[in-house]
Order: sequence, then C-alpha cells, then structure tokens
Amino acid sequence: MEKARPLWATPLQFVFACISYAVGLGNVWRFPYLCQMYGGGSFLVPYIVMLIVEGMPLLYLELAVGQRMRQGSIGAWRTISPYLSGVGVASVVVSFFLSMYYNVINAWAFWYLFHSFQDPLPWSVCPVNGNRTGYDEECEKATSTQYFWYRKTLNISPSIQENGAVQWEPALCLILAWLLVYLCILRGTESTGKVVYFTASLPYCVLLIYLIRGLTLHGATNGLVYMFTPKMEQLANPKAWINAATQIFFSLGLGFGSLIAFASYNEPSNDCQKHAIIVSLLNSSTSIFASVVTFSIYGFKATFNYESCLNKVILLLTNSFDLEDGFLTASNLEQVKGYLASAYPSKYNEVFPQIKNCSLETELDTAVQGTGLAFIVYTEAIKNMEVSQLWSVLYFFMLLMLGIGSMLGNTAAILTPLTDSKAISSYLPKEAISGLVCFVNCAIGMVFTTEAGNYWFDIFNDYAATLSLLLIVLVETVAVCYLYGLRRFESDLRAMTGRKLSWYWKAMWAGVSPLLIVSLFVFYLSDYIMTGTLRYQAWDASEGQLVTKDYPPYALAIIGLLVASSTMCIPLVALGTFITRCLKRGDTVPGA
Amino acid sequence: MLWLLFFLVTAIHAELCQPDGENAFKVRLSIRTALGDKAYAWDTNEEYLFKAMVAFSMRKVPNRETTEISHVLLCNVTQRVSFWFVVTDPSKTHTLPAVEIQSAIRMNRNRINNAFFLNDQTLEFLRIPSTLAPPTDPPVPIWIIIFGVIFCIVIVATMLLILSGIQQHRRKNEGPSEMEDTEDKCENTITVENGIPCDPLDMKGGHINDAFMTEDERLTPL
Repeated sequence: MEKARPLWATPLQFVFACISYAVGLGNVWRFPYLCQMYGGGSFLVPYIVMLIVEGMPLLYLELAVGQRMRQGSIGAWRTISPYLSGVGVASVVVSFFLSMYYNVINAWAFWYLFHSFQDPLPWSVCPVNGNRTGYDEECEKATSTQYFWYRKTLNISPSIQENGAVQWEPALCLILAWLLVYLCILRGTESTGKVVYFTASLPYCVLLIYLIRGLTLHGATNGLVYMFTPKMEQLANPKAWINAATQIFFSLGLGFGSLIAFASYNEPSNDCQKHAIIVSLLNSSTSIFASVVTFSIYGFKATFNYESCLNKVILLLTNSFDLEDGFLTASNLEQVKGYLASAYPSKYNEVFPQIKNCSLETELDTAVQGTGLAFIVYTEAIKNMEVSQLWSVLYFFMLLMLGIGSMLGNTAAILTPLTDSKAISSYLPKEAISGLVCFVNCAIGMVFTTEAGNYWFDIFNDYAATLSLLLIVLVETVAVCYLYGLRRFESDLRAMTGRKLSWYWKAMWAGVSPLLIVSLFVFYLSDYIMTGTLRYQAWDASEGQLVTKDYPPYALAIIGLLVASSTMCIPLVALGTFITRCLKRGDTVPGA
Repeated sequence: MLWLLFFLVTAIHAELCQPDGENAFKVRLSIRTALGDKAYAWDTNEEYLFKAMVAFSMRKVPNRETTEISHVLLCNVTQRVSFWFVVTDPSKTHTLPAVEIQSAIRMNRNRINNAFFLNDQTLEFLRIPSTLAPPTDPPVPIWIIIFGVIFCIVIVATMLLILSGIQQHRRKNEGPSEMEDTEDKCENTITVENGIPCDPLDMKGGHINDAFMTEDERLTPL
C-alpha cells in the first residue's frame, strides 16, 4: 500500500508558504537601493512591466509543474524527460549552497536581537579605551554602529586570506538558527504549514508599525520626497530595466525548486493560476511598502546627521570666537559666518579648514544595500529613536521572520527530492533526513563564522545562485514548452484544474520570457568578462572604512567551482542518462 | 602709598592670571545648551561659587589644605561664558603647578559639575581630560541569558516533536499486529455444525467486505 503524499491542510497554508518564501530579506534591503539608484518613483515602471511580463508567467509555470507532477524538483523534471533530471539536481545543488550561507544572516539577526535588551544599546556608544581617557581608536575613526558590526559581531580580518578562528558567539547563534529551522521542518508540511502562518504575517505587522513610526519621525518627509521624486531620464538607462528584471527574478525565488516542492503538496484541483498572481502581486507590493518605510528611515537619519553636522559647526564657531552661548543658530549661521569673516579675517582663516559644508543631499545620497543597510544604517537610525530597545527588538524579530520563512522554502527544495526518492526514504525516516541535512549545513556554515567569514559570505551571495538560476529557469521554460509540449501541458492543466489556459500565458512561456532570460544571461556574462578581475570590499581597521581588494586565485577558483557545480549538472546528468540507456539497449539487443 | 600698594597687588594679580599664562587653565561653560529655559545668568556670585569649588578641590590635596577662596584668580571673562583661572600659593607670589590643579579638579569633577547643574561636556576644563565612566559590565552578559532561554525552549520543543513522532510510529506498527491476534482467537473458537463452520459472533462486522475491490485502488487498471 502506497503512503499518501502529505498535503497542505488548507490552500491558505500553501499561499502563506509561498508568500513567506518569496517575501524575504531582498524585499527589504535590495529593492529600496535599486529604487533609489535608478530614478526613484520612475523605477516602478520597469519594475511593474517586468512583473507582468516575466514574474507572473514564470511563477505560474513552476507552480503548475509542481502541482502536475506531484514530486520534488528531481522527480518532476525526470517525469518531463529522463534526460532533464539534471535540472532538478542543479536546483537542489543551488538550494544547498543557498541554505548554507543564508542561515548565517538569521544567526546575525539573533545576535542583534539578543543584544537589543540592553540599555544603552551596545552599538550606540563606543567602548572606552584602556586608560579611560577616550574612546576606542577604531570606533572613533568609523561610527559606533560600523564598529559594532565589523568588530564585535564579525570580528572581521583585514583580507580574505587571513582566515582566523571560528568565533564562538556567532557560531552559537548559527547553531540556534539551524535548530529553529529543524524544529520548523521536522514534521514536513504538518509543522511547516503551521509555522508559515507566523512567518508570513508577522513581518507585515512589524512593517506596519514601522511605517507609522517612520512617517511620524522628524525629517522622514525629506527622505520620502527625495527618493520618490521620479527621475524620468533613468527610464532610458538599460541598466534600470535589467536590474528590474533581475530583481523580480530573484525576489520570487524561481529556479530553486522550492516552489515546485511546495506546489507538489497541493491538491491536484488547486487553482494555482490565482495563487501565482496573488503571490507575485503581494511580493512586489511588499517591496514597495518596505521601501516607503526604508526611505522614511533614511530621511530621519539624514536629517539627524545633517543637524548634528550643523551643531558641530556652530559649536566650533562659538568656541573659537567666544560668542554668547545660544546666539548662533541654524538660521543665522550664514549671516554670522559672513560677519565673522569680515570682522576677524585672520582668525576666521585659521578656523575655516575645520568648518564642514553640511548638506542634506549628500546625507540622503548615501545608498546602501545588503547587510550594510540592515545592520549598519537601520541600527544607526534606531539608536536615535526614543525607546530604541523596543524598535530594535521589533526590527530584528521581523528580519528573523523573513529569514526563517525563506529558509523553510530552501530546505523544502532540498528535502522534498530526498524524501521522494525511495532509496533514501526506505532507510531513514523523514526526521532523520531533515536532521542530517541541517547538521551538514550547520557544520559547513561554520566557515562563515570565522574572521574572514563575511568575505566568503559575499562570494556565495554574489556568485552561488545568480548565473546558475538563469540557466536553470531557461532550461525549465524551454523544456516545458518545447520538449514536453505546450499543448500537452495545456491539456494536463485543464484536466487538473478545469480552467482553460489563457493565450497570454502561452505567449509568455513560449516566447517572451525565454528571450528575456537569455538577454539577462548575456548581460551578466558580458559584465563579468568586461570587469576582468573580480574585487571585494575589505574592512581596514586602521582607517575605519572599506577598501577594495582583488580576490586571490584560490578564491576565484572557488567562485568558478560554485558556478560550474550547479550548471554542469544539467549536461552531465543528461549525458549519464544517455549512456546508461545506450548500455541497457546494448544489453537487451543481443539477447533478442 | 596705599594706592601704590593697591596698584602693585592688582598688577601682580594681573600678571599671575593671564590667558595662556603659566599654570593657567581655560574654562568654558555652555549654560544655555545644558539648561535651555532654566539657564541662569553668569554673574559675580556664580564666579564666587566657582572659586569656592576650586578652593575646595585644592584643599583635598595633601599639603594644600590651607587654600582660600582669595587664592583663586579669574580673568578674561567673556560672554561665551569662558574665562581663565589660576590658583596661587598663600603668599600670592606664584601660581601652583598645573599638575596638582589637574589632579585636584579630576578627583572632584563630579561635585563641581553638580554645583552648576552641568556635565563634562557643558562645563569644560581645557587641558584637563575627564575620566570616562567605566562600562557597567554585568557578571554574565545579558545576551547569553536570553540566548540560553531561547535555546532551551527550542531544544525542548524539538525533543517533544521527535518523541511524539516515534510514539506515533510505534502505535502504527503495533496496531495491525493487535488486530491479527483477535482474529486468530476468533478462528480458534469456530464451532462446527453439520460440517459447516459457522461463527456465532460476527467478529468480522465492520471490516472490509472482500467482495468488493480494496479501497486502495482509486482508479481501475486498464
């Protein structure tokens, strides 16, 4: 008797699982950066166009394949064509790389969350130096939030070659993060289905609270106005369109096999078209929502820094010329400067080099993305709010929910093919397989907690998934449309869901989306080739800022290995299947 | 004669207390920044209090217990409010060494600040660095406590789930074997009448009727 495939308890659980997987850290820390760099409000135009043309069709395709084949990625592609199970294997390999490094972000979120219960927040003050006459030197040169991130959290080494030892504090947090992920995936859809209710909805609650708080902050409107003012000339910039396409592609998490895995636990009659549209729309609106919050926080931070800069100039002038305390304000600063320049020219010339030109625009122009935004810029803004502990706890809790939600999808992509394969699941129960996967990932993830760990993290973040995913999704689309046959797939879907496939989806799947992916692929390759050698940002403790360095040869080799190990799966497995078939045919023919 | 003496004394005083003079320190107050609306005006009474605080600090130094308020001289008071001060010895001929004044002020900085409702940033003694407050380190870092709590909760929940999963497995494995035992007993007690076995108690009631196909096959095979 065959065990029935586990199912989601309600279709709502499936939708929540997809939302929880798709809405991740990229919505919070990548989209606002892109929006700012490529024309503010006008970036929404390429973004929405790409959503309709690329995001929705590809998402629907993956969900439909998973729901139709009712197996994980390897099994699903093997059913479409035995030569294509390499696509599934490549998906599993990429998901494996992703889960290795992604959970480190959750570990960092845990670290900051635990440190948020102190007064004052540890990243708001510099530590005192040895003889208590001043602050720590590195902290003085950089800011206290940068110091806490680079020195206390990462304890970063000056370059990737200097490996250092495993830091026990982030290592503990990483173990906790993996235990939590294991707890959530332990029972398969039974446990995951309940957890995704929280991981999908809680971030929205926190974002809403932050929206209200952010909009009422002093200076928030400066940020919003500056960022959202459309710069229409950016629409002509091809990079804006390419980045919009890339963002939609990676934000939805296509090609990892997670969506196929989630959809395989659906009832066959589930309306996945409706769900695909809902999930992609929600994902994009969350990005826009999160960027409103981010820009109001930027505005607050920029205004705060601008006013501090002005206050420093005022103090400098008051002290040098012994003016009455409180006489100089921001409004009469320019007049008084002119008066002082004319009345005491020699003294003014002495002081002049130290007077900084404070500008709100330069403060607003600092565009940051990635871990720098989440852990440095946001914490800098939070430390200046009232009741900063509360805001800090809320923020890092939200980051955790977003990260764990995405991890559930990643691990599902790895576990579903493993539990589907009879060879493995007959020896080990589901819990043991999950435990083994988590343990292996945790052990390898210890590399990212060493002193050079953040540099390896950047390598994985930039190169492990990008090219491979484009290739995987391209092969997927071509396989379904041309190898399996678009008509056959259409009739399958009609038999399953009872709905006729609209001409729009067929046009997108057969023509537009593959073309888009090919152009993205070509752009990425040409970009890599043109920049020549690859570089990275290293933290220089003596200067208190980031410096650019070249990767050593062995790091370049590892990057190449990362990309090759996933992309080569597709042709290698196809070749392997071809050879085994030839051998089998060769065996049977002489017998007959 | 008296006028001459007066001029002499003020001349000496003037020489002793000078901006950038030997053993002279500049003091800077930012009263309005610190107190806002409740700022008080800086007048000669406040200066008297300041002299008193400095004299008090010097009295705490060994060998200087006889410092009087009149030994502290202020000069060059500006609108900022800033001024220079020196501390002279009892004979009022020379000023006390800067090192002693520095250490005396550093020891009593808190008392001096509180007398004026100011702090280290708003009452500055230039060239006298203030000692920064030591970081308050609790014996066990707070983050480890919270980490420990969450870690234990997660481990306990994981153990519970694993154990309940193992129990379910065992129950499933024992269930079918129990059913087989009762069926054996029934078959042992079948009575035979007229050579035909009949079961007086319908033990198989509610079981699957073998006349129909088993429910497992939802689709009939071709």
